[in-house]
Amino acid sequence: MVMIDIKGVSKWYGEKQVLVDCTTTVAKGEVVVVCGPSGSGKSTLIKTVNGLEPFQKGEIIVDGLSVGGKDTDLAKLRSRVGMVFQNFELFPHMSVTKNLCIAQEKVLGRTADEAHDKGLKLLDRVGLIEHKDKYPAQLSGGQQQRVAIARALSMDPIAMLFDEPTSALDPEMINEVLDVMVELAHEGMTMMCVTHEMGFARKVADRVIFMEKGGTILEDCSKDEFFNTPRKPRTQDFLSKILAH
Amino acid sequence: MLELDWNIVIKNLPLLWKGMVLSLKLFAIALVGGIFFGTLLAMARLSSWWILRKPSQWLVDAIRAIPFIMAIFWFYFLTPKIVGAFTGEQGEAIGPFWSAVIAFILVESAYFSEIIRAGIQSIPRGQPWAAYALGMNYWQAMGNVVLPQAFRNMLPIMLTQAIILFQDTSLVYVVGLKDFLGAASTAGQISGRVVELYLFVALVYLVICFSLSRVVKRLQERMDVGRT
Ligand SMILES: Nc1ncnc2c1ncn2[C@@H]1O[C@H](COP(=O)(O)OP(=O)(O)OP(=O)(O)O)[C@@H](O)[C@H]1O
Ligand SMILES: [Mg+2]
Repeated sequence: MVMIDIKGVSKWYGEKQVLVDCTTTVAKGEVVVVCGPSGSGKSTLIKTVNGLEPFQKGEIIVDGLSVGGKDTDLAKLRSRVGMVFQNFELFPHMSVTKNLCIAQEKVLGRTADEAHDKGLKLLDRVGLIEHKDKYPAQLSGGQQQRVAIARALSMDPIAMLFDEPTSALDPEMINEVLDVMVELAHEGMTMMCVTHEMGFARKVADRVIFMEKGGTILEDCSKDEFFNTPRKPRTQDFLSKILAH
Repeated sequence: MLELDWNIVIKNLPLLWKGMVLSLKLFAIALVGGIFFGTLLAMARLSSWWILRKPSQWLVDAIRAIPFIMAIFWFYFLTPKIVGAFTGEQGEAIGPFWSAVIAFILVESAYFSEIIRAGIQSIPRGQPWAAYALGMNYWQAMGNVVLPQAFRNMLPIMLTQAIILFQDTSLVYVVGLKDFLGAASTAGQISGRVVELYLFVALVYLVICFSLSRVVKRLQERMDVGRT
């Protein structure tokens, strides 16, 4: 069953085209890793999936609903798709617990108690229960990102989008975040991850998408094919660079 | 030597107090109204819809271009006509106080909207994105995520604007309202002892505004510490 269906999506910023006829799918339970050089449109593509970035051509269907559709309740669709950002984007004026509860209460209409229980359960799961009353600024980057993942999970998402979740982190904190993501993948969560962590891709990815400057999808293949027999010279070049360090 | 007779101030304290109450009432209503409508104006100015963005910008620019005192005058003379046009009755105006209130709210909205707009723009784009990604709508994202942070950043500037507003309330003397200054002026004319009364008024304004600026300074220092 296809969870995310991206069909011929093009996007322009003014005159400049940043996505060119992008087509791919993410099946239910599948983990897809998106990589590629800076400026190739990875963030833009992943943000079109939950409608944070509008696009001018093509269609995106998430769980049967068209993202750009006139009758689509975009807020409702977004509430069912979790998103994790490069800079965490926790709400700095709220405690960790409040960060976990606010959308459950305001968007899903859960009671304060329900939201609180759920939030703390997830906080425990990412190993941060003792920090529940702190503010984001009092946490390390890795801890903030784990809270951000828990916050997204608190909405019981049908799929999760990650935009370079570890690239703003100090090296020693990357693994604590990747561990949470690996666990999620093993539980069968549908995931679309922009990341250059090839170790993560090797471990849990089903497919890898390689985007090239100008906003095109150059390669879209199974993990094994991507790492062992990439078809395009450009992909081989990119892989050798990224695996070198 | 100038002989000062402070008894005249004491004798007129009830009148002066009445004036101060009017000043404070006008100040409070204009402050709340100005911040409320200023926030809406700021949101309209940052809208992606032309139909909201452009007219709100014209309005703010126009209001900021006319002297405050003229706005107060205009509303005093215009509102009876406007009210008359709607009700068909002539003359029955809403009175100088409420026409002044409308003028103040309008002008302060324009000034506050500029401050609030800058405050909203100081919040990184990722914050509303995160709110939307959790399924919040525009009003929820603004109300829960963007505005609370923006207002916290803006607090010192808003207080400074509030001090200016408090001083500006004395402008209502032009439509014959007896605010604090107006009351002193009346008392001065009746008794012929203008100097003592105006000195007293100046002192009170000084004390109020000076202590408010001290609060602002303290806040700013505290926020600077919090940032590092
Ligand atoms: N608001 C914007 N206005 C104009 N151009 C933009 C805007 N945002 C992004 N772009 C351009 O769109 C292109 C794709 O940007 P995007 O951020 O999606 O790339 P990316 O692959 O995520 O890069 P990175 O690895 O640096 O995060 C870039 O060329 C960028 O300059
Ligand atoms: Mg990016």
